[in-house]
Formats: sequence, structure tokens, C-alpha cells
Amino acid sequence: MHLYPITAYHYLVLAAALFALGATGVMLRRNIIILFMSIELMLNAVNLNLVAFSRLNGHVVGQVFALFIVAVAAAEAVVGLGILLAFYRNKETLNIDEVNLLRG
Amino acid sequence: MLEAIAFYGLAALILGFGVMVITARSAVHSVVFLVLNFLAVAVVYVVLGAEFLAVIQVLVYAGGIVVLYLFVVMLVNQKRTPEAHHDPHRKTGLGIMLASAVLAEVTAIVVYTASAPSASPIPVSSPVVGGNTEQVGWLLYTDYLIAFEVASMLLLAAMVGAILFARRMD
Amino acid sequence: MTSMGWLLPLVQILIVLNAVLIAVTYMVLLERKVIAWAQSRLGPMRVGPHGVLQPIADAIKLLLKEDITPARADKWLFTIAPIMSLVPALIAFAVIPFGGHARIFGRDVPLFIADVNVGLLYIVSITSIGVYGIILAGYASNSKYPLLASLRASAQLISYEVAITMMLVSVIVTAGTLSMVAIVEAQLHNHVWFVFVQPVALVVLFIGGLAETNRTPFDLAEAEQELTGGFHTEYSGMRFAMFFLAEYANMIVVSAVVTTLFFGGWLPPFPNVGWLAFLGWIPGWMWFLVKCFVFLYVFVWIRATLPRYRYDQLMRVGWKVLIPVALANLFVTAILKVWL
Repeated sequence: MHLYPITAYHYLVLAAALFALGATGVMLRRNIIILFMSIELMLNAVNLNLVAFSRLNGHVVGQVFALFIVAVAAAEAVVGLGILLAFYRNKETLNIDEVNLLRG
Repeated sequence: MLEAIAFYGLAALILGFGVMVITARSAVHSVVFLVLNFLAVAVVYVVLGAEFLAVIQVLVYAGGIVVLYLFVVMLVNQKRTPEAHHDPHRKTGLGIMLASAVLAEVTAIVVYTASAPSASPIPVSSPVVGGNTEQVGWLLYTDYLIAFEVASMLLLAAMVGAILFARRMD
Repeated sequence: MTSMGWLLPLVQILIVLNAVLIAVTYMVLLERKVIAWAQSRLGPMRVGPHGVLQPIADAIKLLLKEDITPARADKWLFTIAPIMSLVPALIAFAVIPFGGHARIFGRDVPLFIADVNVGLLYIVSITSIGVYGIILAGYASNSKYPLLASLRASAQLISYEVAITMMLVSVIVTAGTLSMVAIVEAQLHNHVWFVFVQPVALVVLFIGGLAETNRTPFDLAEAEQELTGGFHTEYSGMRFAMFFLAEYANMIVVSAVVTTLFFGGWLPPFPNVGWLAFLGWIPGWMWFLVKCFVFLYVFVWIRATLPRYRYDQLMRVGWKVLIPVALANLFVTAILKVWL
């Protein structure tokens, strides 16, 4: 693995690092909004991978796939934030550890 | 050479903003860094020859989804921050270990594949000429038409769900 | 040529940036003068003959004023908000074609910085970033009037963006391309300005443009009677000037986009009519600037004429009138495009 010239592998490593960052955020933070944002980071890493592969193969199918991921991310964010607002109205907090209404 | 400079600069920006997103104290600061991160990723898409996706990234992610996050952050005016409350069952060290294990594993796979003698690094092929908007659109409305329709139904369902959640439960 | 290859875009960017900033300062003077004339006043008269040096005096005043950061403000966000507002407004000019190709010093120079094949979408997406400046300014000020104003402004921007983007799709379907240069060329090849093909789109787009730039009659975010000064109440000096520049630069962007999409950009009127061929002697960029100026004048004219909407009326116009009209227009356009 050389630093130069830039190949598709470099983009894959970048995406892997971004994915790991998002995973770290999900595991470390307690604020639900920041958890959501970490998930967005991970989705972005996946998109980066798909675009890098699309470039590697010289075909745009990867980009079409990435478009669908963007649509799914939008749906996820909308519903997730709706749930979050409903939760906040009940518990007046955003701490993920306090989402335990179903605990026996 | 130019692509190397662009790549390392952008990679530093993306990872730097990513670190800021997950470490920022205030959620609003996190949102701002998330926007900057998405913009940097969009520039990477341009470098990779995916102009259409880059524009969609800015329009939908940076201009739409993250605005929603910002609205929610401003709506939930927090009296006590979530981080103030400490949960004794929480294992922060384990979280860091798991995340770094993921990073190490994925990087090891990539480095191994790249350094294996059989798979010499494939240089990135030249970008698709003539603009990819047309090609992406063509694929969307022919080969992936059903997936496209399903995605639109998903968005409709999400819209209805969000309105239902956001209404006060009377 | 190879040594000059990278120099040309730099020179173009320099020229466009400076021209836009100067145009913005004189836009302010134009606005004050036109409103004064509409109200039987003289407007600025003291600085220079008929006040033509007034913008320079204003700029010096804003630069020299004390730049205050409120004590309870979020300092970092308070600083970054005007930047996030101004930068998108300025970089939107990168894809606007001010003219076709011109021969300067014996070489063929394009009169636009870049001809991207997603040009129109680029402008839409870049201007959608500008909303962050407004929201963050309201939040960072830590004061109730800016917060209310910024919530109003961002809700307004997001609602009208939907109608505008749908209308742009109609134009894109008509032209068959996303590139700004190619849209102008399509009008040349079809022998008709798109204003005659898509008149409804022009009206909706211009109304949406008024709302996007927070201008009368949609300037609820700056309603002095209710909100003191709007989302930039707490700003002063240079940072206030940046919001001001961004608003007027956005007006110029809207005028330039409308000119390019509907009025043939740099093309002279009726380029295919034989006895009007003498109009082609005037260089294309002059035509572009003249058409732009007409729309900027309309912006000011509307401000001098119309009262402000109420907030619920504003939302009703956006969601219940403009968006259905845009959808119907797109539907009809698509059917005609397929069957004709």
C-alpha cells in the first residue's frame, strides 16, 4: 500500500475510518441526537465505499445504490427524530440510557 | 499528484470534522461539524467523478436532513444535558475498544488486499465522460424502477409516520 | 497556453467576485434611490453628485464600526454564522454564464467560470446551504427576537425551496439539460425564450425567489414592528455587513438565474429575426447585465409597492398555491414533452 498514487483502496480506507468514527460515536455518546448523527456518518462511509467501487468498475450502478441510501437515510432521520421528540415530551431528557420504559 | 493532494486534504477534513461531530460538547456544534463533514464528502464525490451524487448529497443531506437535526436540537431546549447523568452500567472503555477493533480489522483487510502480490493496486479508472446525470437517471428509470418506486413509498410512509409522532398525543 | 491554463479561472473568479461585491453595494444605493423616488423624496444626495459615492461611505462606516459580540452569545457559532450565509451566496456565481465565448487578446475566453453538467442543481443545492447562516445566527445570539426571526426565516426558506425546485424541474424538462450554458443554447436552437414556453414557471419562480431572499412582501423575518431587526438584531459592524451582502448577492443570483432560464441569458432579443440582427452587435454580456438589472429593479419596485404578508398567509401561499401549481405545471410539461 503506497501513499501515492491514489487508488480506490485509499478511498476504502478513508471510508473504513469514517465508519469506525461513527461506530465510536454510537458507543460513546449518550445524547440521542448525537447518536443519530453518528449513524449518518456511518451511512456516509458506506456511500463513499459505493462511489469508490463505482469509479473502480467504471460503472454508475454504485451511484444509483448510493442514491437509494440517501433516500433511506432521509426516511430514517425523519422517523427517528419524530420518535425522539415524542420521547422528549414524555421524559424531558435526551439520554439514551433513560430509554427504559419497557424494562420489566 | 493533484489527486493525491486533494485526497489527503479532504481525508484530513472529513476525519477531522468526524472527530469533532462525536466529541463536541454542544449538540448544535456537532450539527455544524456534520454539515462541514458532508460538504467535504461531496467534494470527494466530485473528485471521484460522481457530480450528480455530490449535488444530491449537498441538497438532501446538508440542505435537508441536517436542517431537520438543527431544528430538533433547537426545539428540545435541554434543561439537563444527557452527559450530566452518569450510568454505572455503561462501559465506555469497551466501546472504544470495539470501535478501534472495527477500524483495525477493516484497515488490516484493505492493507492486506492491497499488498498481496496477486492484487496489485488498481489505479482509479478515468471518470465516465459526458456527465453521469443522464446515466444515473437512465438506470433509475429502467433497471431499478421497482426499487425507485419502493423508495418513494418508503418516503411517503416516513412522512406519515413523522407527522403522527410529532402530533401531541391527546 | 499550458502555463496560463490555471491562471484564467483565477482571473475570472477575481473579476466575478469583485464585480458582484461592487454590484451589491450599488444595489443598496439603487434601492434607496428608487424607493425615495417612489415616495417623492430624493434619497441620498450628500456624498458625491446625487449620492453616487454613498455605497463607499457606507462600506467604510461598516468596516470601522465596533464589532460587538453579546456576552451570553455562543462565540464560535456567532462568528461562523455570517460566513455560512455569505459564502454560498458568492460561490453560486461559479456556474452563471455571463456570456458565451469572447475573443480577448486573440484567445477564446469563456465568459463563465465553469460549465458543469449539473449547473442548475448546483445553484439550488448551494443556496440551500445558506439557511444555516440564518438558523445559527438566531441560535447563537441567545436572544429571543433573533431566535424567533430565524425560525420564521428558515421555515419560509424550506417551504418555498420545494416549489422552486419543482418549477426548475419543468424548465429542465423543457430544455433537456441541467447545464446553464446548454439551457441558453437550447433557447437559441428552439428560436424562443423559455418565458414564452413556461410563463407559469417564471411567475412561481420569481415569487419563490422573493421569499428565498427574504424580500417584501415576504420579509417577515425582518419585520421591524414585531421582531426589532430580524435574525441579525445582535450583529453589528463587519459581521452585520456580511449578512447584508449575502441578502443582496442572493437577489443578484435569483435575477441571474431567471435571466438565464427564461430570458435567453446573453442572447439578444429575437436572434432569429432578420431585421433585428443589428442587436447582435451589442456584446452578449451587456444583454445579460441589462436583463439582470431589469429584475433587480423589479425587486426594488415590489418592495416600494406591496405591503407585507401575514405569517399564516405566507405559509398558505407557499404550500397551498405555489406547490400545487408547480406540480400541475410539471405534469403538463411532461405530457407535452412526450407527445409533441
